[in-house]
Amino acid sequence: MKLSRRDLLKLGGAGFLGLPLAKVIREVLIGEGDPSSPHDMGDGNPDAHLSFGPVGQVDHERNGFDPHTILSDYDFGTTSDLPDGRTLREYEFYAMDKEIEIAPGVFFPGWVYGSLTSPASQRSGRLVGQVPGPTIRCVEGDRIRIKFTNTSPHPHTIHFHGIHSAKMDGVPLQGDGLIHQGQSTYYEFDAYPFGCHLYHCHALPLARHIHKGLYGGFIVDPDPERYAGEEAAIARTRNHNYPENEQYQEMFMLMNAFDTNFDKENEVYAVNTVTFAYHHQPIDLDRSKRQRIYLVNVTEFDPINSMHLHANFFDYYDHGTTLTPTLRTIDTVSQIQAQRGILEFSFEGFEDGLYMFHAHQSEFAELGWMGNFRLGGE
Amino acid sequence: MTETENRFTTRTWMFLILPVVLLLALVVLFLNTNPIRIAGGDLPPVEEINIQRITLPDHGRIVLQVVNGGPDPVTIAQVLVDDAYWQFKVEPENTLDPLQSGQVVIYYPWVEGEAHEIVLISNTGATFDAAVELAVQTPSRGLDQLLSYALVGVYVGIIPVGLGMLWFPAMRQFSRRLMNFVLALTIGLMLFLVVDTFLEMVEVAERLPGVFQGTALGIFAALLTWLAITAVGNRDKYADRATPSGRAFIAFVIALGIGFHNLGEGLAVGAAFALGEAALGSFLVVGFILHNLTEGIGIVAPVLRDQPKYGWFALMLLLAGGPAIIGTLIGGFAYSPVLTVIFLGVGVGAIWQVIIEVGRLVMDSAKRREENPVTWLNVLGLLLGIVVMYLTAFLVNV
Repeated sequence: MKLSRRDLLKLGGAGFLGLPLAKVIREVLIGEGDPSSPHDMGDGNPDAHLSFGPVGQVDHERNGFDPHTILSDYDFGTTSDLPDGRTLREYEFYAMDKEIEIAPGVFFPGWVYGSLTSPASQRSGRLVGQVPGPTIRCVEGDRIRIKFTNTSPHPHTIHFHGIHSAKMDGVPLQGDGLIHQGQSTYYEFDAYPFGCHLYHCHALPLARHIHKGLYGGFIVDPDPERYAGEEAAIARTRNHNYPENEQYQEMFMLMNAFDTNFDKENEVYAVNTVTFAYHHQPIDLDRSKRQRIYLVNVTEFDPINSMHLHANFFDYYDHGTTLTPTLRTIDTVSQIQAQRGILEFSFEGFEDGLYMFHAHQSEFAELGWMGNFRLGGE
Repeated sequence: MTETENRFTTRTWMFLILPVVLLLALVVLFLNTNPIRIAGGDLPPVEEINIQRITLPDHGRIVLQVVNGGPDPVTIAQVLVDDAYWQFKVEPENTLDPLQSGQVVIYYPWVEGEAHEIVLISNTGATFDAAVELAVQTPSRGLDQLLSYALVGVYVGIIPVGLGMLWFPAMRQFSRRLMNFVLALTIGLMLFLVVDTFLEMVEVAERLPGVFQGTALGIFAALLTWLAITAVGNRDKYADRATPSGRAFIAFVIALGIGFHNLGEGLAVGAAFALGEAALGSFLVVGFILHNLTEGIGIVAPVLRDQPKYGWFALMLLLAGGPAIIGTLIGGFAYSPVLTVIFLGVGVGAIWQVIIEVGRLVMDSAKRREENPVTWLNVLGLLLGIVVMYLTAFLVNV
């Protein structure tokens, strides 16, 4: 049998019609570029064991809030005296939609709270939506009055973990129930009990409304006048109106996470929203003060979250509702969702250096819930 | 005809151009007014990243070849390996335009012999998953590696086909009925191969980005090949299948079809070795020898009555078995799913034509003696061909 060259071309040409021939030749001859070439193996490449963490930096200015300022940003509201001598704290809270950068280059379509009296809003001269929401700080027995306005297309509420009446509970079908776009309501109650608490949206579906970013801290300082002796002394250190409070370096830390692809699993873990924020820029500790952390867990989809402190131990006050520790000398504490507590420790006499803190679920740590304290910083 | 040409006036031209002009006008109008925005609204972008190939060039790197298979640009913002953020870079840049391909280099200390899970996170938080089933260093392009991959190709393609062809002298002594049995057996083999090749093609096509329409691409490659072979086969000198050159043409088409099938097998084996999936190793190669042994019988079956030269046997062997070598090399070093789909499609087309041609040989042989071609012996041959291929395929499922 003889096939002419034309026949072969015809056969071949038909089969290869439209084939990116140049690509075949390139791939077979040159290959896929540098990484597979034997010559540059290892050369000029970073050490893989140390190449951990995300690439790039989060633009805190665009977000309008910075995890480092959230640590000590407390929203005291507008205070006035009631006829009975108590303090009235008035707040104006808003719910809004806001895209936030949670990891470098990763944007999350958040639902967020903002307050006119929050330090973030005060600094920028306009209403700033933030995650976590403004940390409300008040004193045991204060009258709290919050005007809540919803500017977003979804109905929202504010549900406080505290003591209040049913219609002030911020849940659907109680009181004003769901607050729709353009509507407002008032939440009013006495601040009880003292401790480290939280608030969050209680609209349904609950998981979606919480994990989108509608939550924040609610810290009620104890009133020293209600306690005696040792307890009163401790209460003074906890109360922001007393000079003894200055002996403590206080930090608000809210453990949260984000499910960026909505598959009911979190891709990004953090304290105060931005992944690895305190890893990239450590928190400077003042050795002359004791440290106090108000720790809140709102992590959705995972049953628990935790915090572990390196090279040191702490006392823990579950919910912050006692003046004596509920757990003494521990270095790891776990919290279920909405559980919170106060950590107290001291780095007095410690060497300069970085001291890590992170979730002791390694997965959460490596997905962003990891940070450093720094002694002898700059 | 002439009447029609006479009517080709300015008016005709106008009517030819009119729809085109209207089309352009409507497109401009549509893009400017966007009347279906009510259906879309301010939707987030549709993001799709196809991960084409994962290589592990050294112990500190994982390299992903990716293609943006969606209609919108995609920005790769972060990379997770085993639920942890890791440093990476994307070449040419983090944002890939539709159909643009790129390379993601992750600096990760992967562990030999273990599995790793990779997640690419886009700037909108969408995720794209990839898995390293069994981490093994990807062979570099040294001469030793090239030779060892080529050797695997020789074992998968050349050796079994050649061994099968060695039955030629014995089969020449067969009676006409037994020869028809061998031809029926060939049809059985080919029926198995056409189904097997087609399914393999669909499987690879599904991994392609949607815009490539992988399955359609493969089917059209098959159709085109079948038509081309038919066109060549209808040339005067091959047209009469009762002549030696006509029968040799059928053998040639069989060898060609088998060649493309073996190319597909080579690609699969090469890629599997490179990705560390071919854990069976030498057992797999032995399996392929058994599986492809009967292919040699198929090639020489049509020319049992003729006197082909040694050179012709060598050519057929190269045509049918050689592509396995090319396949293992491409599969091991430059795997491309698009090319694989096209190659497999060509294989389907060629093998389909083989089934028609060999079927016609059996029919013609029966017709000349006014017999029914569907004899028990022929049916048995067909079934045996399918069963042998099916059972030996147990050994080679990569």
